[in-house]
Amino acid sequence: MSHLICQGVSVSYETPQGGSLLALSSVDLEMASGDFVVALGASGCGKTTLLSCIAGFLSPSSGEILLDGKPVRGPGADRGVVFQKHALMPWLSVVENVEFGLKMRGMARSERQRIAFEKLEAVGLSGYENSPVYQLSGGMQQRVGIARSLASNPEVLLMDEPLGALDALTRESIQEIILRLWAREKKIVFFITHSVEEALFLATHLIVMSPSPGRIVKTYSLGFCKDFIASGDARAVKSKPEFITMREEILNLIHSTHAESMPV
Amino acid sequence: MTKPVRGYQAPGEGRTFGISLATSITLFVGWDLITRFGVLPPLILPSPTAVWQAFMAGVRGELQGGVTIFEHFAWSVTRVFGAFFAACLTAVPIGILMGVSRIARGVFDPPIEFYRPLPPLAYLPLVIIWFGIDEASKVILIYLACFAPLAVAARAGVRSVTVEQINAARSLGASQFQVVWHVILPSAMPEILTGMRIAIGFGWTTLVAAEMVAATAGLGQMVLNASNFLRTDVVIMGIVVIGIIALVFDALMRKAEAVIVPWKGKM
Repeated sequence: MSHLICQGVSVSYETPQGGSLLALSSVDLEMASGDFVVALGASGCGKTTLLSCIAGFLSPSSGEILLDGKPVRGPGADRGVVFQKHALMPWLSVVENVEFGLKMRGMARSERQRIAFEKLEAVGLSGYENSPVYQLSGGMQQRVGIARSLASNPEVLLMDEPLGALDALTRESIQEIILRLWAREKKIVFFITHSVEEALFLATHLIVMSPSPGRIVKTYSLGFCKDFIASGDARAVKSKPEFITMREEILNLIHSTHAESMPV
Repeated sequence: MTKPVRGYQAPGEGRTFGISLATSITLFVGWDLITRFGVLPPLILPSPTAVWQAFMAGVRGELQGGVTIFEHFAWSVTRVFGAFFAACLTAVPIGILMGVSRIARGVFDPPIEFYRPLPPLAYLPLVIIWFGIDEASKVILIYLACFAPLAVAARAGVRSVTVEQINAARSLGASQFQVVWHVILPSAMPEILTGMRIAIGFGWTTLVAAEMVAATAGLGQMVLNASNFLRTDVVIMGIVVIGIIALVFDALMRKAEAVIVPWKGKM
């Protein structure tokens, strides 16, 4: 059981004019293994900034992030990241991409290949192990990215709009893959999206964020993902009346907070 | 019957092989006709047959000094490739270092940017004063010609890595050195190979200049020497041989590119 805690995390960026811009204002957040936390909000609400802090790509201006009591100082293999643009290495084959992290940490070839094959099977890419990644479709590349981050067996899986660039059908099928993996692996998942429907479907905890300055405006506890794991029918879950009511409520919330922060 | 149509094409698209072949044949036939009707004296423009005979004489080693054309070729290729490999081994690491380190960029930028646009012939006299007229000065001249384009290409190649790729590697547990070796170097590879192609071209063009320095063998020396004896046929033959070898090098480098970086421009 792992715990990830963000305590009063604020980030202000230097602007080219020499001033500073508050991108994230005092965010408090607690997550434990098995939590699927989705950050939802319009662009500029600081959700990617928050993810970068947890990943260790960015150190907060103030506040602290603790993983199992230890403060986060820089990137590490205990926090896997899936990027919006897959960020794969095109000179490596599919399986070499997935084993990359294990190879960097000196694991023996046969062992890391076994793990990589297993993770590729979990994302439905068996048979593509030796394909060049640049020949895969966008959805398949994103699945390689997911398998790559899972191969290191991280405590936390950070996903920065991983499905944002995909077409609607591919997007839905990968949402299901992600939920099945989450149900099996029981990790902390922190997922960023600007699609309300995607957020509702995936989250156990939904945080709605608002821009200028980036902050959390409301938190919801949800169970639609568990309904999907139980029933296996994504369309049925997404067309439930509660789902649709919730979707409208959150859309209204986002529009209202967005309208007051936007200059006319 | 339906007629297949072509989709939209950008201006100038399409194959040029047939047209290029026609141009080459026209030039060659033109050359032959000019010499056949004696428009120009053989001293100015020898016939294609005379050039071919000069080549065969070269193959049999019947030209000045009895050095066969293969020996000339071997000397030239050894000089160019020796210098080229030395340049690869030094320029690529320095270029990568310039790409990833502010300090290295500050240190190496002024000397490289200063000498890069200089024609090798301009600093050839200095190289001779410093390194004499032996092999060393020839190889150093070609080395300098290869070094700058390679270093510049490697430095530019560093920029083709994305921040996401570096972050991905770091969050997978890669050290700083591993990021350079396993992420930055491979993503700079397409630009480095392009740099190699340009460098080998520069090296080859500098060859003639390098072989002006008291060489006794080498294709450049052969041409130069022939011009002293007004053997225009040998001069033209040498130029054609140098040109064909350069074309072959370039084709080989393109092939190497397709094999080493098949992903170039695809992601």
